Amino acid sequence: MQAELAGLVWRASERTDQAFPLLPELTQFFPGQGLRRGTTLAITPGPGALSLLLATLAAASQAGSWCAVAGLPQLGIMAAKELGVVLDRLVLVPYPGAEWTAVTSILLDGFDLVAIAPAGRVAPSVRAQLAARVRQRNGSLIVLSAHGWEGAELTLTTENPVWYGPNHGRGRLRCREITINAKGRGSAGRPRSGTIALPSTCPNGEHTCGKPNRASEPRHLYAVGG
Amino acid sequence: MFYLKSVGAVAGLGKPDDGRASSLIRTMLVWCPDWPVVASGVPGPVAVMHANKVVACSPQARSEGVKRGLKKRDAQARCPELSIVDYDPGRDMRVFEPVVAAVEELAAGVAVLRPGVCAFSAKGPARYYKSEAAAAERIVEHIAIECEVEAQIGIADGAFAALLAARAGQLIAPGETSRFLAELPISTLERPQLADLLWRLGVRTLGKFATLPPGDVLARFGLDAALAQRLAAGKDDRPLAVRQPPPDLEVEDRFDDPVERVDRAAFAARALAERLHARLAGFGLVCTRLAIVAITAEGQELYRVWRHDGVLTANAIADRTRWQLEGWLTSGRLACGIVALRLLPEGVLAQAGLQPGLWGEAGAEQDRAHRAMHRLQGLLGPESVIIAVEGGGRDPRTRGSQVPWGDERVPDRPAGPWPGQLPPPAPAAILPEPAHLEVLDTHHQLVRVDARLRLSGDPALVVIGQSRLEVVNWAGPWPVDERWWSPAGEGNRVIRLQVVLRDQRAFTLVLSQGRWYLPHDFSEHYR
Repeated sequence: MQAELAGLVWRASERTDQAFPLLPELTQFFPGQGLRRGTTLAITPGPGALSLLLATLAAASQAGSWCAVAGLPQLGIMAAKELGVVLDRLVLVPYPGAEWTAVTSILLDGFDLVAIAPAGRVAPSVRAQLAARVRQRNGSLIVLSAHGWEGAELTLTTENPVWYGPNHGRGRLRCREITINAKGRGSAGRPRSGTIALPSTCPNGEHTCGKPNRASEPRHLYAVGG
Repeated sequence: MFYLKSVGAVAGLGKPDDGRASSLIRTMLVWCPDWPVVASGVPGPVAVMHANKVVACSPQARSEGVKRGLKKRDAQARCPELSIVDYDPGRDMRVFEPVVAAVEELAAGVAVLRPGVCAFSAKGPARYYKSEAAAAERIVEHIAIECEVEAQIGIADGAFAALLAARAGQLIAPGETSRFLAELPISTLERPQLADLLWRLGVRTLGKFATLPPGDVLARFGLDAALAQRLAAGKDDRPLAVRQPPPDLEVEDRFDDPVERVDRAAFAARALAERLHARLAGFGLVCTRLAIVAITAEGQELYRVWRHDGVLTANAIADRTRWQLEGWLTSGRLACGIVALRLLPEGVLAQAGLQPGLWGEAGAEQDRAHRAMHRLQGLLGPESVIIAVEGGGRDPRTRGSQVPWGDERVPDRPAGPWPGQLPPPAPAAILPEPAHLEVLDTHHQLVRVDARLRLSGDPALVVIGQSRLEVVNWAGPWPVDERWWSPAGEGNRVIRLQVVLRDQRAFTLVLSQGRWYLPHDFSEHYR
């Protein structure tokens, strides 16, 4: 009886239909292993913040969601593709202008995942209005703002980037290791931290870029010769 | 052998003529001599060359001894002042189009045989202008007036004989065609191999070729020769492949008093869009490229083409027209009001030719996103909503093209092998304006690159504005020399270098004409 029930009962935060999928490397920072629908995620501008934003969109985009990015004219399209965002379902509004709240509301109506970079400090009333819109449309809003975003479910900050690849004239940029700190409210209250490679052009675990391979890491599956 | 015979039987070939002369079409043929030369529009002695052989030449060049099939050097030796023009069938056809249009004004069912030659049934014009000769004269005159092109007309039974008659400038009476052809040399068949073979066998005129037993010709020389023999005998009963004149899809609205206000213009645009859409639907067509033309009271004509990767619906047409008029009226490009508005569908597809996507493209999600994009375009303007298209090129900036939503998804540079492209990862931030900076070596000298791609010193410092940043690692240099063949300004000759700074910011730096630039930022300090 209990075994049967175990298959039917799950925590609300684990329901996958209530969350957008994430790349496996990123799930450790999110409560419930996914980007929950109806919530706001804040990313603090810093080293690797744009790559982190694109990586957050990638898995949902591959699963069929449409993504919109507003207010980031410098976003590299090829980087988006390499990190896994499907370009056919990516829409950019490089210059939303003074009416960026109206633009964000319209984007939330049409898109599952909306990323915005507001120019300055945002009034609490506007924040509340957008949060209500996100909840109502069951999408997800990602905010890149140096001033933070009060009321965000989760805030991600990046630090300690280390590049691997160049070697005084030889090689090329290949990999960046970066530490991500996640802090949030409710079930995400416990701060989480971890180091991931973003972006990385090395095959899993096999670093050809000069980064030390972690021999101690347990490998569950590997090819054997012969 | 059995196979050939059976083919011949099906095609009605290889058998003696059964006297069906009545099935021959009395054909009138317009021939413009030396058409590739006329189409090139170059005066003086001209030769049109293809694969180093003369394809056509002007009468002046011909009088100097230039002829078809001559090599370029031989042609220039005979006529030193000869102008050489490349053969371009597209240009020939394009220039011929007005001539065909002029002929179509006087005769129905015109078939274009090749650029410079078109044919039609002589029956209608001959009856209308009382005689064939009068009709021919009228048409030649009309072409001369409309297009300022010299043309000759030939009339005979069948297009093949008509072309030869046009070259000879003759009108062959009905039933006289085979007699006219009989005297002509075998080379007029325009089948060089067959003509050469027949010449060596002693068959030197079309008449002699025609008298050979048709069954033996088919058995010995094959199907093509059997067809050629029917032509030689004046039994050219192939019907003309008549072209369909394209339907007139243009819609126009004229206003009695000039329109100066955006809302009135938008109202007119909507009505016009509905009309255009109805007309297109009537022909089973959809529009993917739309030209909007506005004519002002002063006679100024403004023109803009809109592209769309899907179907332009009536609403989409109306919106684009409204945006365009708003743009023109508010930007002050229109000095006075609009008196006429015209919509021309420039790219049309048959309705069935549009295939909606099988996966991902279609569906409720897409409709939702498209509605939002539509509203944003209404709010911010058509260029504000961008979709990303992957293209080619050596610069990450051109590899990811930004195309306004609604336009065709065409990248700036086509995809394909682009040797010299930097491999992944691509930079996540591409600066809208490349920043100027300086790269210094350990002796605080500007780093330069010599012709052998050696750096003058190892990069040690990067100076951006007031800040001096230490370089801890670097890779490169990698050269790019693009479009070196094009005239000044278009070429792009740069050296690229990747550097990692002490604070672990990484850049791609570009050295162009002695100055260092920062186009891409891997570290994404984006404000």
